[in-house]
Amino acid sequence: MQQSPIVEIRNVAFGYDPARPVLRDVELAIPRGSVVGIMGQSGCGKTTLLRIIAAQYLPTAGEALVLGQATVGLDRDGLYAMRRRMGMLFQFGALFTDLSVFENVAFPLREHLDLPEELLHDLVMLKLQAVGLRGAAQLMPTELSGGMARRVALARSIALDPQLILYDEPFTGLDPISFGVIVRLIRELNDSLGATSIIVTHDVQEALGVVDYVYFMAAGRVIAQGSPQEIRESGEPFVRQFVNGSLQGPVPFHYPAPQYADDLELAST
Amino acid sequence: MQLEQLREHARGRLERIGNVVTSQVWRLGFASRFLFYLVMHSGTALRRFGLTMKEIYFTGVLSLIIILVSGLFVGMVLALQGYETLQRFGASESLGVLVALSLVRELGPVVAGLLFASRAGSAITAEIGLMKATEQISAMEMMAVDPIARVVAPRFWGGVISMPLLAALFSAMGIFGGYLVGVQLIGVDAGAFWSQMQAAVDLRNDILNGVIKSVVFGVAVTWISVFEGYDAIPTAEGVSRATTRTVVTSSLAILALDFVLTALMFTGGNNQ
Repeated sequence: MQQSPIVEIRNVAFGYDPARPVLRDVELAIPRGSVVGIMGQSGCGKTTLLRIIAAQYLPTAGEALVLGQATVGLDRDGLYAMRRRMGMLFQFGALFTDLSVFENVAFPLREHLDLPEELLHDLVMLKLQAVGLRGAAQLMPTELSGGMARRVALARSIALDPQLILYDEPFTGLDPISFGVIVRLIRELNDSLGATSIIVTHDVQEALGVVDYVYFMAAGRVIAQGSPQEIRESGEPFVRQFVNGSLQGPVPFHYPAPQYADDLELAST
Repeated sequence: MQLEQLREHARGRLERIGNVVTSQVWRLGFASRFLFYLVMHSGTALRRFGLTMKEIYFTGVLSLIIILVSGLFVGMVLALQGYETLQRFGASESLGVLVALSLVRELGPVVAGLLFASRAGSAITAEIGLMKATEQISAMEMMAVDPIARVVAPRFWGGVISMPLLAALFSAMGIFGGYLVGVQLIGVDAGAFWSQMQAAVDLRNDILNGVIKSVVFGVAVTWISVFEGYDAIPTAEGVSRATTRTVVTSSLAILALDFVLTALMFTGGNNQ
């Protein structure tokens, strides 16, 4: 018998203004143990979808079932209980700048568990070792490079051994080496923790190498889905343009504008 | 036709005024709910008092220099100006009373409050605003840690505890400054300076009222600071605007509250 999905998004719509919804009729199911990519252009609603999964936003219509619970109707305690089983890596790490690397990783442990100091120390070192930064434990976040900060944040987000790890644009602004490290870590941590990972990204080529399944979004809808291989071979014009990064395709280079000649006032002369 | 336009114009203006008023009332309501939530979730800040102690250090101890130096100078100026006026009436021995009452009742809480708002209040707003802008607040929420309980409440209580202590130190330094100038420099009799002060300053009417004022200002300034930081638009411009609003709103609040409190405390109250 197949296990139920860890995240189920059913017919979800979301928008601040009903006339301009950010998400429309989004349907997806994320199986346990997988690494799933949600991809698409900037502004297509993928980060909003991630925030719906994280229960930071509530859907205006439809239902989001996360870790077996509907996010709508959860009270503060229920929400926090759910989030304790979740980890999230923010785009630029969001490390606490007044705490050292060690204390950043120790933060969720100190807040939620009443551990003796030696055990806490060992746990933090274990997590830092997993991301290769045990030697940087005493540094402050300002002393870290972008890639290192991302790895520390990753160590912090897995501190409580989450069942679900959410990545918000984890590859942005990384050099090729840091990038390779993060890709490898996402896969390794997912498999060793027995967790499920959701990666929101627009770095399609890179992400296709790490994910098991892809949802492709445009204008607030899921327009294509499949394995990385299927996405690479997709006939959908938008997906093709996006995967190949070409200028030709349904997404125009120019933002909608009046006639060029009118803007330069050529007609009046 | 023109009348119609005029009417339209007036309606537009009225609408704008209405919008501003309702949005301000809404904001005040939001700030009040925020304060209520903050007080209700202060358990962590009080149980793990180390968190609050750290904030007392940042808002209180690090404000000491500006508070002590300002207090000293305000007291010195008070003595110079006070002596100048008092000696015309042959009452220069009352200099100690004048300096002490001015400081304890008014200048201590008010000036220390204004300095506190610009030194510590702005720092609290900027810090919380930047934490929000760099997603540290969101990260905390995602770790199932309530940022109001963990970040805002310790800063609030830190400020509320620091402010009366700073005001008291300001007044003490001011009286010392008054002594330096009045007794050491001008030559007012030291015995008269201190004994008249001791006889005239009442523990309940003067000192306790001064302390109450400084507690009220401490709550007002810190409340405004944490709320503006938490409510800041999470961009560089948003944080800068929020910081400015903290200093302006806190200063106006201190002056307005001071008037109200003075009216309640010192008008006719002494005769009863």
